[in-house]
Amino acid sequence: MQERDDDFSLCVEECEIAVTVNGNRYERSVPVRLLLSDFLRHELHLTGTHVGCEHGVCGCCTVLFNGEATRSCLMFAVQADGMAITTIEGMAGVNSELHPIQQAFREKHGLQCGFCTPGIIMTVHAMLHEHPDPTEDEIRHELSGNICRCTGYQNIVEAVKLAAERLRAPQMEVE
Amino acid sequence: MIPSLLLEETYLEGSAIMKPPRFHYCSPRILDEALTLLDQYGEDIKVLAGGQSFVPLLNMRLAAPAYIVDINHISELHYFETEDGYLAIGAIARQRQIERSLLVQEKHPLLIEAIKHIGHMQIRNRGTVVGSIAHADPAAELPALLTCLNGEVLAQSMHGERVIKAEEFFTGYLTTSLEAGEMLTEVRFPWISPQAGWSFIEFARRSGDYALVGAMAVLTPALDDTCMSANIAYLGVAGSPMRAHGVEKILVGTKLDAQTLEDAAGAARDIVSDDMQDVHATVEYRRELASEMTRRVLKQAWERRERQEGAQ
Amino acid sequence: MATRYFGAPVQRLEDPRLLRGKGNYVDDIDLPEMLHAAVLRSTHARARIVHIDAGAAQALPGVRLVLTANDLGELLEPSPLLVPHAALTQPRTQLPLARDEVRYVGEAVAFVVADNRYIAEDALDLIDVEYEPMPVVHSLAVAAEQGGPLVHADVPGNAAAQLAQTVGDPDSVFASAPHVIHETILMDRGAAMPMECRGVLARWDAHESMLTCWISTQGPLPIRNGLAAIFHLPEHKVRVIAPDVGGGFGTKIMMFYPEEILTPLAAIQLGRPVKWIEDRREHFISANQERSQLHEVEYAFDDAGILLAVRDTFLHDTGAYTPYGIIIPIITACTLPGPYRLRHYASEFTVLYTNKVPVSPYRGAGRPHAVFVMERIMDRIAQELKLDRLEVRSRNFIQPDEFPWDVGLNYQDGGPTKYDSGNYQAGLDKLKALLDYDNFPVLQAEARKQGRYLGIGVGCYVEGTGIGPYEGAMVRVESDGRVFAATGVTTQGQAHATTFAQIVADQLGVRPEDVLVTTGDTQAFNWGVGTYASRAATIAGSAMHLAAVKVREKARQVAADLFEASPDDIELADGKVFVRDAPHRALTLGQVAISANPLRYAYGENARKLMTMKLAGTRPGPALPEERGSPGLEASAFYSPPHGSFASGVHGAIIEVDPTTGNVTFMKYAAVHDCGRVINPVIVEGQVHGGVAQGIGGAFFERLVYDEEGQIINASFMDYLLPTAAEVPPLLVDHVETPSPLNPLGVKGAGEAGVIPVPALFASAIDDALSPFGIRIREMPLHPCRLYELLHEAQQ
Repeated sequence: MQERDDDFSLCVEECEIAVTVNGNRYERSVPVRLLLSDFLRHELHLTGTHVGCEHGVCGCCTVLFNGEATRSCLMFAVQADGMAITTIEGMAGVNSELHPIQQAFREKHGLQCGFCTPGIIMTVHAMLHEHPDPTEDEIRHELSGNICRCTGYQNIVEAVKLAAERLRAPQMEVE
Repeated sequence: MIPSLLLEETYLEGSAIMKPPRFHYCSPRILDEALTLLDQYGEDIKVLAGGQSFVPLLNMRLAAPAYIVDINHISELHYFETEDGYLAIGAIARQRQIERSLLVQEKHPLLIEAIKHIGHMQIRNRGTVVGSIAHADPAAELPALLTCLNGEVLAQSMHGERVIKAEEFFTGYLTTSLEAGEMLTEVRFPWISPQAGWSFIEFARRSGDYALVGAMAVLTPALDDTCMSANIAYLGVAGSPMRAHGVEKILVGTKLDAQTLEDAAGAARDIVSDDMQDVHATVEYRRELASEMTRRVLKQAWERRERQEGAQ
Repeated sequence: MATRYFGAPVQRLEDPRLLRGKGNYVDDIDLPEMLHAAVLRSTHARARIVHIDAGAAQALPGVRLVLTANDLGELLEPSPLLVPHAALTQPRTQLPLARDEVRYVGEAVAFVVADNRYIAEDALDLIDVEYEPMPVVHSLAVAAEQGGPLVHADVPGNAAAQLAQTVGDPDSVFASAPHVIHETILMDRGAAMPMECRGVLARWDAHESMLTCWISTQGPLPIRNGLAAIFHLPEHKVRVIAPDVGGGFGTKIMMFYPEEILTPLAAIQLGRPVKWIEDRREHFISANQERSQLHEVEYAFDDAGILLAVRDTFLHDTGAYTPYGIIIPIITACTLPGPYRLRHYASEFTVLYTNKVPVSPYRGAGRPHAVFVMERIMDRIAQELKLDRLEVRSRNFIQPDEFPWDVGLNYQDGGPTKYDSGNYQAGLDKLKALLDYDNFPVLQAEARKQGRYLGIGVGCYVEGTGIGPYEGAMVRVESDGRVFAATGVTTQGQAHATTFAQIVADQLGVRPEDVLVTTGDTQAFNWGVGTYASRAATIAGSAMHLAAVKVREKARQVAADLFEASPDDIELADGKVFVRDAPHRALTLGQVAISANPLRYAYGENARKLMTMKLAGTRPGPALPEERGSPGLEASAFYSPPHGSFASGVHGAIIEVDPTTGNVTFMKYAAVHDCGRVINPVIVEGQVHGGVAQGIGGAFFERLVYDEEGQIINASFMDYLLPTAAEVPPLLVDHVETPSPLNPLGVKGAGEAGVIPVPALFASAIDDALSPFGIRIREMPLHPCRLYELLHEAQQ
């Protein structure tokens, strides 16, 4: 058994963490049972990440965790210690212009009540990063981890196609 | 994701709870420390890896361990590597990493196919292969595949390690032969012979759902292009993932003609246990699905076999 | 005045905010000192509460308050009965917290307030409730049993209401009809499942004696009035705000849900803001549901396929209470005749209590059931007479020159069921083209040769929308030229901030983005009812139009005085108010607004410019002449329709059925929709898309399953299957526009339309696909296992 300075067996109920969210570093003391979704929303006041089921099905709470689309309701804040997270608030550009994915959702009417939208945008961001030129079937399959109750998905799929097209273009055409 | 059968039982609480209970947490950096904790707390401690099945259970307070050991920082468990005879996957290798691995795509396409059926991309990004095995959900893909391939797991504790065969590992609904103080640190998926044909098909209600029934098959042809060996397993048919030795026997030595396929499909009905009734499917319907999934995987697997040189 | 924005696909004004994650849903609001609540819910569908011990919960550190029924004092009153009806002879509504008895799993039993939600949930675990279980009414069949268990001991036969309506003389028609068929048709429970669950945040300001509540609701004004009454506060001292609402679909038009009383009560008692956010498991067992009905229908038709008479007797499951009266079964009864010339119709329903979550409208509200029944009839007539299914419909359609068409029934609002306009054949023709209906038999035959089973199904409906009583709107031009508009209805994704802005913009000659619309804040507009029954665009939209017209006329009057011109010569366009043919004689709309407000102080760019212009001087007399009424450019208006307007539509789909697994795949889906004049086609299409997806869910994926103990056994998103993008097919939408003569905009409602015909066309398509097996679908929702069973039965 290896020797170690800190007493690893000291299991804790409260923990100091430092998390980078949208490029900003936050240091907080959190109860270990605090869900990452609640941490983002209620500790950091980044309320764009929504909570729709808290059992890992609806996708409303999707964020990028070290670049990967992840359900923040299925992680504890303490697990984000030292990690980098991107939320919907980190998507728009420095001058606050909409990200091409957001812009495409606007133009194609890809949202109604807007509750599922942030999670879907984060999923689409990850999807297009990995598959810049998805077919409609691939889009629908990859979107199936995010439930939307308003749009019937039709315009979401259209928005993803438009965003993919623009992101593939060497330079985005600004209308 | 949460096992649906377990959920059904617990609705009876009429509960409205969605936040985890209090627990003590530790996130060791090396395996020995984790094993020490497991030894110390025994039944009161649970291992947190990807958490994609475990955290929902915590949120609903269907699990309430006093201690949680988070193994995500134990870098020595973050691997997958080819070994003689099998692909070894360490306890915190993500499902998505395997899915993306060109090496695994080339050398173990059946495993890739099974992984692609797991939940959604967000789940696979975080979920681990070993965690899915340890969770032992009979409706999950990987426990069934491990059973199908006659794979093994490596369990370690403060007091040593042991290798357990899949069929001995899965002992019942969400239960395994892992003992208190032990941790599952590696899973071993045997390679498939290059000549073998394989197939993995499941019937799920929606994209990403647990299947109502799934079947998988690996068929290896002999020199005379008869079926030399068959590995067939099912998910969603019983309390544990099920290998179908009875179906396999029907196939070996045949050329999988239409009658053999029907015999196999018929035999597959017996694999569904009498208590497999839930909100989505009756036992009889599951039997029909098992039968149909059998037809489909056998056809596809046999088509994918590599005919032996000299085969007529 | 030329309209420019009405009818245009204007991009939504609310989107940039929502897309950036800057929405403002109830749970996003964070107030200083805020506490968090959780609700202990009944674990039994029916039981006596013997004893509640909350001692341990109260003692838990971080717990601030535990309320049980006995702590509520005079607030322990049943909720008000919404929409009373003479036929509802045994209404029962719910207490904020159950006292002696619980009547469904999920009924609120105790309310805990703590420093955070985690601790509040810890406290729930510590409350000990002793129940004495009683026999459970878990289905309509049990509810209807002679001498069976009772949901309310004092309601014999579990019958809350019974209502019969008759049109014509069905008895004599049946006696002499060439063909008469009787069938039993069933629809089971489903739920709206908005992605945002319910939520209430309450703040009590003791200095101002002011109660402010943010509620995820579709009807803040009635709740405001209700809260003022029960807390004995003046109405103007209660403010209820429905901020961004993450979907409603009917389940959020209620008053009161218990938490809407308990949360403000706790905030008042504790003097700190209290927030309660419903979690998804709670939502499954405590947010209202719908859809369960059992129809015994008899119908008569002649050799030409003309429907002669219908006799429909049905049971309607209202759950444990009747919070919303009996409007759902009334809507069912009135929707059943649909687009057909039905002159002889007897409808009778009985509303039965069950030990299930209470029932109130969910998108469609009784209509999908009725359309399912009527469209089954049409298909059966075609089958019996070997006629084309659409031909039978065409033969029975009400013709365009027959409007207004009086169905002869009293609608949910007490008014007549009187169709204002429509052209049903035009819709059907468009649908046939979209689906290439005439060539489908070839496609079907080819597929069958390959062992594949394709089917086509169509469903027609007429939908009562745009009912009263009324809505209102206020429109005001501010001094910078931007327009503030407010109304009492709420928004849960329908884009009222955009469509209402389009309506106002056209009248005031400004761009929609210059019109800032506020909905759902009782402080911004004091009058109105809420967003339900596909009525917001029709009723509030009309009020918005009327208010904007008033403001426009006032602007012309004020400008005419300034330019010493006739008001008839004043025009409004591009943000300017000018004399026709003399565009140099122009003011900005903001300048006119300033001029209309005779202050001694004026600020800002518009006011400074105004000072430098040569305009007519002040007239003698009062600064605010009597004929101007009020200062500024501001007006309110109200619109109350003579009766509901009736939208219509026809949807169709091509499906493939796998007879081995019972699985069904949608290959093509098309909808033709008539909601009168379309304000914004993109938004209307979006409404239809969303409705169709919910309809597909309700037909094949979503099914709330209660066991014999009254427990929902699939209360999670794992097992209650909301369709994902992978299950919903691409959707084609086309429009027919028959303007409504009932309102100034010519519009009808669109919100619920999409969902209504889906079960009907799904059944039709399955029958068609499986015609070699002789299948006849008489129940919804279906699922693969059930379809497998039906096939199995048919083969035996």
